[in-house]
Parts: sequence; structure tokens; C-alpha cells
Amino acid sequence: MHCVVSCHLFRSMRPKIHPSPIRNRALHGFAVFTAACTFFLIIAGALVTGNDAGLAVPDWPLSYGSLTPPMIGGIFYEHGHRMVASFVGFLTIILAVWLWRRDDRSPVRRLGWLALAVVITQGILGGITVLFFLPAPVSIMHACLAQAFFCIVSSLALLTSDSWRTGARSIASDVPRISMRQLSVWTTASIYGQLILGAALRHSKTGLFWHLFGAVIVTFFVIWTVARVYKYYLSVAPLFLPAMILGILLAAQLSLGVGSYLVRLAGRDEVQPSAAMVAVTTAHVATGAAALVASLLLTLQCHRLLVPPKSELRVTSVPQEAAS
Amino acid sequence: MKTRIGLWLATSSLTLFLIGCGGGEQKPAETAESKPAESAAPVTTVDPATAATITGKVSFEGEKPKSRQIRMDAEASCASLHKEPVYSEEVVVNDNNTLQYVFVYVKEGLGDKTFATPSDEVILDQKGCLYTPHMIGVQTGQMVKIHNSDPTTHNIHPVPANNREWNTSMSPGGSPLERTFAREEVMIPVKCNVHPWMKSYIGVLKHPFFAVTGKDGTFEIKGLPPGDYTIEAWHEKLPPMTQRVTVAAKDSKAVDFTLKATS
Repeated sequence: MHCVVSCHLFRSMRPKIHPSPIRNRALHGFAVFTAACTFFLIIAGALVTGNDAGLAVPDWPLSYGSLTPPMIGGIFYEHGHRMVASFVGFLTIILAVWLWRRDDRSPVRRLGWLALAVVITQGILGGITVLFFLPAPVSIMHACLAQAFFCIVSSLALLTSDSWRTGARSIASDVPRISMRQLSVWTTASIYGQLILGAALRHSKTGLFWHLFGAVIVTFFVIWTVARVYKYYLSVAPLFLPAMILGILLAAQLSLGVGSYLVRLAGRDEVQPSAAMVAVTTAHVATGAAALVASLLLTLQCHRLLVPPKSELRVTSVPQEAAS
Repeated sequence: MKTRIGLWLATSSLTLFLIGCGGGEQKPAETAESKPAESAAPVTTVDPATAATITGKVSFEGEKPKSRQIRMDAEASCASLHKEPVYSEEVVVNDNNTLQYVFVYVKEGLGDKTFATPSDEVILDQKGCLYTPHMIGVQTGQMVKIHNSDPTTHNIHPVPANNREWNTSMSPGGSPLERTFAREEVMIPVKCNVHPWMKSYIGVLKHPFFAVTGKDGTFEIKGLPPGDYTIEAWHEKLPPMTQRVTVAAKDSKAVDFTLKATS
């Protein structure tokens, strides 16, 4: 009974939604801004690990017992990361409430609340890493959940766009057998798996073989995906653009992976993390996150724009359909 | 809906709990770590009339490693403390081709003998954004007094394998920190995460028979009861070396080590 009453009360707090293009554009802009800040947050987190500054601030949630510790050495990176994280948390609260009040799609509103739950969990995991001296499993979870959160807010940025809300859907036929919709899911999953292996390598200093093995798998799926989009959906911009970006990011990421290994090898006897090592490994983390989101957005577009193929439809006819 | 509310309550409770855990600076650990290790076995007293001494030096063999300069430019308050370039103390080869900062200790041969915990404290200072000295040895339960003589904030963070880990911030001008280690461990790395070049090592033993080589690469282990011993020379970057030695009453034996550079 209480539940029914509170549910009703909760729903009644939400105003009746009258879709407005201007409001939607503002909401979309805010979601894009939140996603951009999240990307910056991932870079800030990578800088903390790269500079070995994860425990430069021994206490949590305060830093040296205050909100304004001396921003020196490793404290700059660790407290800076906390400040950016707090800002992103604040943005996520606004985004979730804004979606709840203004978006007429229930799944999107739920995704907003999920983003908020994930960012709170992420903050708690960050605190646990500090209070328990960077236990590798928690640090790895913290790194992986960051990528998941980036995926959620990036999805919200896409789902709130005008093109998604009002644009055409089911404009092309999917490829038979292993469809683009399936392949894009596999590609995204393989990239996320590779990010987990990368986080394990970074935080536990073990598992190089598996990370290299993951790189082979990801390369295979990304090349397959990009080649298919290039072959069949060259004229479908919402598919072609993320696929091309994904291809470019893969090339960059493979180079950065080799670079990360070499700078670590060269710097293994260094007294402190070198600027080159920090720069290359941070870029490797950031490019991995960008590739994951590019693949995810491509996956979402594939599921929106492509319809399952009819058995009689020839694959070669797809580009003409897509162009129309 | 009940499940959802329960989830929110659980999350909120966990957040509040962790906020409670993490607030403010960490308090000194009041566990067995802070108290001298207690043992049921009687304390061994070495008769000064029969005590033996082991002396020696630790030489370096191989290509002398290049001195690695520390970059303190990231923090002006550290850089301003030095007029000359500062080099890492990881591998310090003296002019006479001996090594500084080698921990030489009795690894085996004392059996179950227990020794009284010294009442004097060992000082570890943070000075010039470096640990001074770079390497220390203490007995289990012996007090380590940690100072911050710098005009900047440090955190001191030992990363032991056998003892309890802790991480404490030290503000400039703050009171010294007093800590003990309950269990034997050779060696415990100590670092400052604020200044990633700051590294130190603490050797913790149940007995007092250890020494750290100095600027002439020599060491002296005094007051040793007669017996057969395994002596180890431990260096943070070079492979360790052990030697067996037998000392009789009032003996004074020389045991030299040569640590080889790895290719």
C-alpha cells in the first residue's frame, strides 16, 4: 500500500511532458557536456594512476581533512580527480532529474537514474581504493565502471539528440547471417573486455599476454565491422561516421599500446614516472574509452536504422536501400 | 518497488558508513603494531666477554650505473631546497667502488633466541623532499620516529608484505609520527605518493644483528653470540648475496661481499 502511494506521489511530481524542440536541444546539449566531462574525468583518473598518486591523499571523502588541500605533487592529481568526479556527479544528478522531468520516454528516464546510481557507486569504489590502499580488484572495478558510466552518459547524449528522437528509423536492411546489429554488439563487448584486461594489467601489473590476445580479438572485430560498414553502408552517415572514427581510433590505440609498452620498458629503472610514460599511457586509456563509445554509438545506430533482412533480399541491394 | 527502495537505502547507508570511515586524517594505529612484540621465550642476554664481531665491506662489480637525477621541478618548494642537482640513492657506488645503503644482517643461525627490544628510537626524517637516511634497520617493536623537516606536506606510506600497511599525511611543522612494526620483514619499501621519487627501506628483524653500509661501504655487526651464521647483504636493486661464517667467543671476523650488477 505504501509502495503504491509513494509511486503515485513520485509520478505526480513529474510534470506532464509537452515535447519542445528548444528544451530537447538544451537537454541534449547538457547530456553531451556531461559526456565530455566524463571523458575528461577518465583522463584525470588515468593521470592519477600514471603518476602513482592514488594514495597521495590518505583520507576520503575529504582530502587532508579539508576540501582545499595544498595542490602539490601527487595531491594535485588525486584531489583534482576527486574534484572533477564531484563535478561530474553533480552534472549527473541534474541530468537524471532533467530527464525525469522532461523526457517522455520511460527507458531513457530509467537510464538517467542508472547513470546516477553508477556514478554514486563509482565514487564509493574510489573511496574504497583509498581507504584500503588500492586493492587491485577494487581498482580494476573502479576503472571498468568508469568506462561503463561513460557508455551510459554517451548513450544519453545520443538518445536525447533531435536526430534520434525525430529522425528516420529502419532505413536499411541488415546483412544476413551474422548481422551488423550482432556484429556491432560483439565488437563493443570485445572492446569492453579488452578495457577490463587493460585495467587488470595496469593495476595488478600482470596479464600482458591476455591484453595482447585481447588486442588481436578487438582488431579482428573492429576491422570486420568497419569493412562491412564501408562495403554496405557507405552512404548511411550515422553508421559510416562512427565506424570510420572507430577504425582511426583502433589504429591510434594499437600504436599507443606499443608505445606504452616501450616507454614502460625504457622507464623501468626511472626514479619517478617520466612525462613520456604518463602521456602515452594516459592517451592509451583515453583512446580506449573513445573507441568503446564509438563502437557503442555505432551499435545503437545499427539497432535503430537497420531492419532484419528478408530471406529473399540480396545483400548487394542494401546500399541502394540505404541511400534511398 | 520495495526492492528499489531497499537498494537506495543500502547505497545510502554504505555511503554514510564510508564517509564515517574516511573523515579527517588517519589516526595512529593502536594495534599490535604500536606495541613491542611480546614473546613467551626468555630474552637472550649476550655476555660481552664472549661476544663476537663481524665486520666487512660490500663491493660493487660491473659497469657503474649512471646516476639518475631526480626531477623536483613539479614542486617548487622541494626544488628550492636544493642548489645542486639531486640524484637517486637507489644505487650509490662510493669512490672506493663499494656500495652505500646495503642492509647486512644475520639471516640464519640465531634459532629461537629472543632479544630485548631497544628503548632508543630510530629516526627517519623527510628532509629536502628525500628520506634521511635512505635505509634503516629496526627490531620488531622498536620505535621509529618519523619527522617532517620540510616546508611542504608529505604522506608516508610503507608497503609491507608481512606487516600492516598504513598511509599517513604529515604537514610541515607537525608533530613527529611514532610507529613500530610487529613482524620481521626484509625489507619494507616506504614511499611518499605526493613526491613519487621519495623512496626508503626499513629492515625489521627480531634481533639486533644488522647494519647498513655507509659512505665507505663498510659495516659492523657487534655483540654476536658465538655460533654458525648465514649473513646476507641485501640491496634494493642488486641481487642479494649470502655467506656462512662461524664465530667463536671474542672473535672478530671479516666478511666481505661483492654484489654484481645485473646485465
